[in-house]
Amino acid sequence: MTNSIAEVKHNNCVFVIGSNTTENHPVIGSMIKRAKRSGATLIVADPRKIELAEEADVYMQITPGANIALINAMCQVIIEEDLWDKEVVAARCDEDEFEDLRTHLENYTPEAVEDITGVAPELVRKAARMFAEADGAGIYYAMGITQHTAGTHGVMSLSNLALITGNIGRENAGINPLRGQNNVQGACDMGCLPSDLPGYQKVNKPEVIEKFEKVWERPLSPKVGLTLTEIMADIPKTIKFLYVFGENPAVSDPDSTHVEHALKSVDFLVCQDLFLSETAEFADVVLPACSFAEKDGTFTNTERRVQRVRKSVEPIGSSRADWQIFMELMRRLGYDRHYRHPGEIMDEIRTLVPSYAGISYERIEGDGLQWPCLNDEHPGTKYLHKEKISRGIGLLAPIDSKDPAELVSKDYPYILTTGRNLYHYHTRTMTKLNEGIEKLAGESYVEISPILASRLGILNGDRIRVASRRGEIESNARVTEIIDEDVIFMPFHYSEGANVLTNTAHDPFCKIPELKVCAVRVEKA
Amino acid sequence: MSNNQDKTNGLNALSDRLKKRMAEPVEKKPQVEQTVALPSTEPALIDLTLNGKQVKAKAGETILELARRLRIHIPTLCHDPRLPADGACRLCVVEVEGSNRLLTSCETRVAPDMVVKTNSAKVRQARQVMLDLLFSNHPDDCLTCKDSGHCKLQNYCYEYGVVRGSYRDFGRKIEPKDKTNPFYDYDPEKCILCGQCVRVCADLQCTDAITLEGRGEATRVRTPNRVGLEHSRCVSCGNCVAVCPTGALMPKRQPDRWFGTKKTRTTCSYCGVGCQMHLITKDGKLVGVEPVQGAEPNDGMLCVKGRFSWNFVQHPDRLKTPLIRKNGKLEEASWEEALNLVASKLRETKDTYGPDSIAGFSSARATNEDNYLFQKMLRAVIGTNNVDHCARL
Repeated sequence: MTNSIAEVKHNNCVFVIGSNTTENHPVIGSMIKRAKRSGATLIVADPRKIELAEEADVYMQITPGANIALINAMCQVIIEEDLWDKEVVAARCDEDEFEDLRTHLENYTPEAVEDITGVAPELVRKAARMFAEADGAGIYYAMGITQHTAGTHGVMSLSNLALITGNIGRENAGINPLRGQNNVQGACDMGCLPSDLPGYQKVNKPEVIEKFEKVWERPLSPKVGLTLTEIMADIPKTIKFLYVFGENPAVSDPDSTHVEHALKSVDFLVCQDLFLSETAEFADVVLPACSFAEKDGTFTNTERRVQRVRKSVEPIGSSRADWQIFMELMRRLGYDRHYRHPGEIMDEIRTLVPSYAGISYERIEGDGLQWPCLNDEHPGTKYLHKEKISRGIGLLAPIDSKDPAELVSKDYPYILTTGRNLYHYHTRTMTKLNEGIEKLAGESYVEISPILASRLGILNGDRIRVASRRGEIESNARVTEIIDEDVIFMPFHYSEGANVLTNTAHDPFCKIPELKVCAVRVEKA
Repeated sequence: MSNNQDKTNGLNALSDRLKKRMAEPVEKKPQVEQTVALPSTEPALIDLTLNGKQVKAKAGETILELARRLRIHIPTLCHDPRLPADGACRLCVVEVEGSNRLLTSCETRVAPDMVVKTNSAKVRQARQVMLDLLFSNHPDDCLTCKDSGHCKLQNYCYEYGVVRGSYRDFGRKIEPKDKTNPFYDYDPEKCILCGQCVRVCADLQCTDAITLEGRGEATRVRTPNRVGLEHSRCVSCGNCVAVCPTGALMPKRQPDRWFGTKKTRTTCSYCGVGCQMHLITKDGKLVGVEPVQGAEPNDGMLCVKGRFSWNFVQHPDRLKTPLIRKNGKLEEASWEEALNLVASKLRETKDTYGPDSIAGFSSARATNEDNYLFQKMLRAVIGTNNVDHCARL
C-alpha cells in the first residue's frame, strides 16, 4: 500500500476493484464501510456483486479480464471532461507522456469498450467523475487485478488513474494493494524472489552482489533464478531438489494435475510445515515447524508495517522454529553463523536493507514501524511518494487492453473466476481444523447465476461437473444472483477444487498465473 | 413496591437513552474533517481542580478522557473510546461543583476552573445503586460463570461492595440463550443492555447484525426480525464479544474462568492486514484470542479467522517429529537423522548437477527472519537464486 490502513476511513472516495475486501481483508472491509457511512463515496468494480457492492454509489459488474479496458475508460472520461489534476500532472509527471496517454485513450471511450467490460457507459462516466472530483480518493485492489496475464499492466493503468487525479503522495488516497497472506510483503522484502536479494536489490547488479558477499562471506550467483511456475515446469528435467517451506503448492498452484506430477517426479522433496499437507504427502523428508504462537519474529503487513510476533506457548512435540532449522542446516553445510534470537537476524537484515535500517526489536515493541525507516531516529513512512515520486517522475504509460490467455469457445463456453471466502485461509491447512469454520464453509462449491443454472437444469445444491482444458472436478452448485450470467466462481481453498481447472498462462513481467480467468464447461453430475 | 419502581426506572432510563441514540441519523462528517492533512496544533490547556489537585486539561476533552490520561480510575460499562460517548451506563458519574446533579464524565467536557470529584461519597453511592440495580437483574452464578475474572460487572460489584443485588427478590428476566452461532453464545440474562455490542456491530464493523428491540424493561439485544444469530447477517467477527462487559457474549471456546491466564501481544497469522491481538494462555495451553485495543492497524477489530480459528496451534494433527520416507512410507525420525539426510542430499545434488538444480519455495506465512535465512541458505550456502514464494497465488 502506498498509504496506511488507518487512512482508509478518511478517504473521500474509495474505489475497490478486484478485491472482495469484506471477506478477504475483513477489518479493512469494515473500515471502507465506515468511510462510506461517514460520507465518502464508494465505487466497486467486480465480476461478483460482493458485499461492498451493496453499499456502493456505483457498482460495475465487470467481465473477468476486462480491468484495463475499464480503467482506461475511466481515465479517458477524466481527461475528456477536463477533470484531471493539472497542477499535479505538471509537477509530478512528464507532459509529453501525458499527451501520449491522452491520444492513446481516445480509443477507450466507455462506449468503445462496453463490449469488453460489459459495463454500461453511463456507469463508467459516473464512476470516473466521482473518483476525479473527490478530495482524496484511494484505490484498493487485490488479486482480481493481478492474477491475469496482463496483471502488471492492470496495476500500471491504476497508477495512471491515481496519478492524473493527484492521488499519489498525499494522505487519505493512494494505490493500495491488499496482500493476501500475513507476511507476503515481508517474504518479498526479505528477497524470497528469484531476481531480488533482500530489499529488492537486484541479483544481477555487481555492486549489489559485492555488498551481500561482503556481509555473507560467500560468493553469490548473479544469475536470476526461476519463478515458482518455472521451477514446477523444469521438474524433473533440470530441477532435482525442491525445498518447500510453509507452502502447499499441491493445492494453491494452477493446474494441480501437473503440480502433482512434478512433486512426484522431483528427485528429492523436503517439506517443512505445521501439518502433513497435500504437498508433504509427496515428500522424502518432512520437518515439523513451529506455528506463529510458538516463536518470536516479525511480520510485515500490507501497509509496510513491521510488527512483532511473540512466543506465547512452547513448541508442540519436537517442532522447531523455521529459522532454527535453517541455521542448523547451514551449519551442516559448512556455514557456521549462530543467532541466539531472531532479533539478531533482524540486526543483520538492517545492515543490508536500507528501508529496514531503522527497524530494531526495541523500536517495534509497540505498534511497529512502516518502512522505509532509514535510521534509528526515522519515524517510519505513513505514505509513500510524499516529497516526490520515488522513481523521479510519475510514469504515465499508455496501456492496451488485452484478452485473457484463454477465451470461451463452443466446448468451454463459460468463464471460471476464482477467489477466497471469509472463513478459510489459503489451502485450509489451518482453518479446516476448526469445527465452526467447517460448519459454515466445510465443502467446496461453485457459484452460478440463476439464469445459467436454469438453462442447464441445475438446482441449488446439485452436484455439478466443471471441466476445463486441464481437468475436471465435481462440486456443489450454489445458485446466486451475485454472479453474472455465463461466469462461475469457485473458491480455491479446497483440495478437489478450482486449481485443477485453472490456467498456468502467466503475466510476462511478474509471472503471476492467470487464476482469475479460464474457460470451462458446466454440466449436472 | 417503590424499590421495584426504582429498578424499572433505572433500566428504562438506560435503554431509552440507547434507543434515542439509535434513532438519530448517522452524523455526516463535514468535508473539512474528512481531509485533515495538516498536523493538528496542540489544543489549549485549561486549569481545573480534580480530586483536590490542580491539573491541566486539554480543551475539548471530556472529564473521563482527562482522568484516564492521568490514570485516575473511573468505572465504565458502556464507554468505547472509538465511539461517541453514549452515557448509557451512568457508572462514570462525577461530582462537578455548581451542578446540582451528578454528571456523566464520558459526556461532560472540561471547562476552565471546574472543580471535579471522581470518587466522593456521593459519587460512590450513586455508582453503588446503579451496580446494585444491574446485578439484581443478572444471574448470581459468578461461581460457575466462565467469564469470572474477566467480567467488568463482577469486578465493579466487588469494588463497590455489591454482594447479592438488593432487588433480586422482585425477580429478574428469564430468557433462552442463543447458541446458534458456531463461535460464540449470547445469554440475554447476563446482558446489562449497555449497547456496546450493537454500536460496535453497526458503527465499527458495519454489519448491522444485531439491534436493540423493545422498550423499558422489555428491551433486548436481538437480531432484526428475531431470526436468531444463525440466520442473521452476522459474520462472526466477534467484535461484539470483545466489548461485552459481562458474560452475555462469550466465545464457545475460551478459558474456564480467567484466573491465571496470561496475555501475549502478537500479530495475526492470517491475512495481510496484520491485526494486533493477544494470545490468551493458561497452563501452557492456548485458550483464546482477544484484539489489542487502541493499537494500529486494526484498532481493536478482528475477523472470524483471527478471533476464533486459532485451535490449529495445538491441534493433535500437528507434526511433532521429523519424518523420512523409507520403503515408500513416511516414518518418524530424529532431527539428527533428518537434518543430516537433507544436508547430504543438498550437497550431493549440488555436486552432481550444480547449484541451479536446487530450488526452494519460501513461505508467506513465516516470519521475516525465517524467510531471510531461507533465501540466505539457498543463495550464500547453496549458490542458487532459485527461490520464490506464493506471492503470486
